Amino acid sequence: MNRYLLFSIPLVVFAVIAAFLYKGLSINPREIPSPLIGKSVPEFSLPSLEQSETQISNKDLLGKVYLLNVWATWCVSCRAEHRTLVELSRMGKVEIVGLNWKDDRGKAQSWLRQLGNPYMVNIFDKKGRTAIDLGVYGAPETFLVDSQGIIRFKYAGPVTHELFNSKILPLIEELKTKG
Amino acid sequence: MHRLIFVLTLLLLSFSTYSATLADYTFDDPEKGEEFRHVIEQMRCLVCQNESLAGSNAELAVDLRNEIYEMMKAGQGKDEIIKFMVARYGDFVLYNPPVKPSTYLIWFGPIIFFVLGAFALFRILRRKSLTRETVLSADEQQRLDSLLKQTSDSKDADK
Repeated sequence: MNRYLLFSIPLVVFAVIAAFLYKGLSINPREIPSPLIGKSVPEFSLPSLEQSETQISNKDLLGKVYLLNVWATWCVSCRAEHRTLVELSRMGKVEIVGLNWKDDRGKAQSWLRQLGNPYMVNIFDKKGRTAIDLGVYGAPETFLVDSQGIIRFKYAGPVTHELFNSKILPLIEELKTKG
Repeated sequence: MHRLIFVLTLLLLSFSTYSATLADYTFDDPEKGEEFRHVIEQMRCLVCQNESLAGSNAELAVDLRNEIYEMMKAGQGKDEIIKFMVARYGDFVLYNPPVKPSTYLIWFGPIIFFVLGAFALFRILRRKSLTRETVLSADEQQRLDSLLKQTSDSKDADK
């Protein structure tokens, strides 16, 4: 057998392993593709965070493109994300619906008073049952929902301006022009 | 020393992590309980990815265990629960990925590599045996034999 060919085998094997490991460095294991993309927001009927007597259901949210943001006061990176959300809503770039996940009503209300309220409305999911239907496994998580109530995009982790401008905004514009 | 090992072993056994937390889930039918345990052991806790739903104490894992428990109590079977979980969290929630085009490499990769390896080994071995047969003439064989005899004789002498 060709001697050089034989010696090159370990080199090739090394290169392949190195390439896979290198790729692995930049993969985020928390990014799990959501099976809910292209599906409707699950049915729910939950009280609002602001007023416990007001019920919000998935049908109330139909008719507009919005971000559904899962957050909680016990979630550290939600605090970092919060400022971005406040800025985005102030700039009027998108409407944001909050899903307050397994949280304390009083704490969540004072969080919004102190840090500003970027949310059009907040759904209070004390038991986390709707979060399970949404496949939430950590906060913050953000879904982009179109006017028919269909989930178009999901991101696990804090939303940044960079991510919003590169991934979410183009999708919003596309959805709005479509109708 | 023996006593110390004994105590340490006992300690280790007492940490059988989830027996305590899972004891709360009781079924009238022990078979159902077995199935419940089996199902949650096959599911990944998404918060701490390397633990199963059975072993994890993450809050979400507890919620999901309760959810699955309620579903089984209501008479739903293993397949329905797997469907429920996959619809929300995707195939990633299963430790055993289903066989489909995107997972062919995982399932059949090892077999493909085994076949390739076996084929390569077979080729190399065959080539080796072929070259040995063709290269040696009767003359050379005789020389080889005498050389081999020499070395085996001299081996004892060397020592």
